[in-house]
Amino acid sequence: MIDYSRVQSAQLAMQNAAYLLALKELLFQLADDDFILAYRGSEWLGLAPHIEEDVAFSSIAQDTMGHAVILYEMLEELGAGKADDLAQLRNPEDFRNAILVERRNGAGEYLENPHYDWAYAIARNYSYGLFKQIRLESLHNSSYLPLAQVSRKMLTELNYHLFHWQVWIRHLAESTEEARRRLEAALEKVWDDIGDLFSLGPLAAHMVNFGLIAGEELLLQRWKEKGKEVFHSIGLEWPGDPRVPQQNGRAGEHTDDLVQALATLSEVYRLDPTAKW
Amino acid sequence: MNTKVAESNQDEKRAQFQARIERGEKIEADDWMPDDYRNQLIKLIAMHAVSEIMGALPEKEWVPKAPTLRRKLAIMAKVQDEVGHGQLLLRVVEDLLAPLGKTREDLFEDLFTGRLKFHNVFHMKAPTWADAGVIGWLVDGAAIITQTMSLDSSYAPYARALYRICAEEKFHAQHGESIVLELAEGTPAQRQLLQDAVNRWWPALLMFFGPPDDGTISSNQQLNMQYKIRTQTNEELRQAFFDKYVPRIFHLGLTLPDKTIRYDEAEGKWHYQQPDWEEFKQIVRGNGPRSAQRLQLRKVSYEEAKWVRDALLAKQCVAG
Repeated sequence: MIDYSRVQSAQLAMQNAAYLLALKELLFQLADDDFILAYRGSEWLGLAPHIEEDVAFSSIAQDTMGHAVILYEMLEELGAGKADDLAQLRNPEDFRNAILVERRNGAGEYLENPHYDWAYAIARNYSYGLFKQIRLESLHNSSYLPLAQVSRKMLTELNYHLFHWQVWIRHLAESTEEARRRLEAALEKVWDDIGDLFSLGPLAAHMVNFGLIAGEELLLQRWKEKGKEVFHSIGLEWPGDPRVPQQNGRAGEHTDDLVQALATLSEVYRLDPTAKW
Repeated sequence: MNTKVAESNQDEKRAQFQARIERGEKIEADDWMPDDYRNQLIKLIAMHAVSEIMGALPEKEWVPKAPTLRRKLAIMAKVQDEVGHGQLLLRVVEDLLAPLGKTREDLFEDLFTGRLKFHNVFHMKAPTWADAGVIGWLVDGAAIITQTMSLDSSYAPYARALYRICAEEKFHAQHGESIVLELAEGTPAQRQLLQDAVNRWWPALLMFFGPPDDGTISSNQQLNMQYKIRTQTNEELRQAFFDKYVPRIFHLGLTLPDKTIRYDEAEGKWHYQQPDWEEFKQIVRGNGPRSAQRLQLRKVSYEEAKWVRDALLAKQCVAG
């Protein structure tokens, strides 16, 4: 009899179809969130507001993509397919990332006239980072032990990312009027999208019952508590409850922005997925 | 009378400075230095710095598109390193500019107006993934050759920055070589991508080292050699590049778009077809295939981030 409060390996997880399904669904949410946000970060490379930030932001994007790689490899181990194929060959409706991470960085393309919005980059990365911190803390107690284990390693890196974005938020909030106005507008834009970030999707109840992660309400509540505390300390007005976007990314509903992102990031791999690159 | 004293003082200082150089001493940022030494360094290092920064852009085109998760991680780190090199070098040149009352902002202005040039290779198109490999392998390979020479530069802060840069460039060349090897050993379509990229980059790689000397060395090169800012001529560096890379290119079963290239054992040097040096001048003047587009990219991001720089300055003033 397997103890489903402490699943030690992929082999054991694969012996219970319902557990496996919920676990894979959760891993796709985690992996796709990090992968797509890191992709958006990679579009920024070379375009950040100053050279030092370019280097720092790229480190964060690399860590974040590194987390996605670990998670896709866990999925590979669970029989979901090759990690590279999972990242690059699935259709948009198979992606489980939240809408927030797929939004474009701003108008234009990274190759041609990118009119990227730095305030949005900060607002998005900070809001996501705060959520990721809470999610990782919850995963420390996950019944899937390999995930609990990597969540600790990821959290040590994420804490630096979050600190970085928090410093930026504070800088902008406490400097010029224009910076504050731009930051507030960007936060509004983030708030419009952020609702499905807290969603665990159609298999939410199974995930919670199997002890894979804490429930949606609890994650949201912790996020609000921490966020309000930080906003208050900076003198920023809390933008209210997160609003739910039209699509629910956790249910495979996405915007054209994800379609564009996937087409770009898989362009070379799709030339010949059977070749070695 | 006073002017004369000042002049002779100046001459004496210059002579002492040159003697330091001859003795192989290294110059630090706070040391006295003649204006032309400072100006040569600014010209060289500012160009190197913006070349690193502009040089991030052609490869960056392939960062979001890199074919596997591992390649995505590796190329992101590689391009980040290049930006980091730009930053290191900017810091070196900022110290040299400070007594002239100039800053990093002035350098970027000079870049946008075309007064400050960047390396010819970064004006070129990089239309396929194979170009990302060839840039890492051969462009970084060429850079290692010129930068290794400057490790012995008389200006210590530049030499120190280069020491770190060269160490990282070696990883970059390996990163590029790994992409290239995978393509060379891959499908016929992958091999073709690679061959096309080598053909495309060859003339630009020859140009990378600058025009040959034809017995006469430019006053610019001469001054740099007198001050031991550099120790080898353009042609010597190009020959060193051939020594290292032509055999490797052939070893992979690739060809070069120059049928005449051959090594003359007796002379101990390579004979090769000169690239179009008129085209080279046009490229570095900002009339290369991608010059305008890449400058535009940098300019748009610079201008649109003005409010961010303003915000940081305002914050600094409050804190100060």
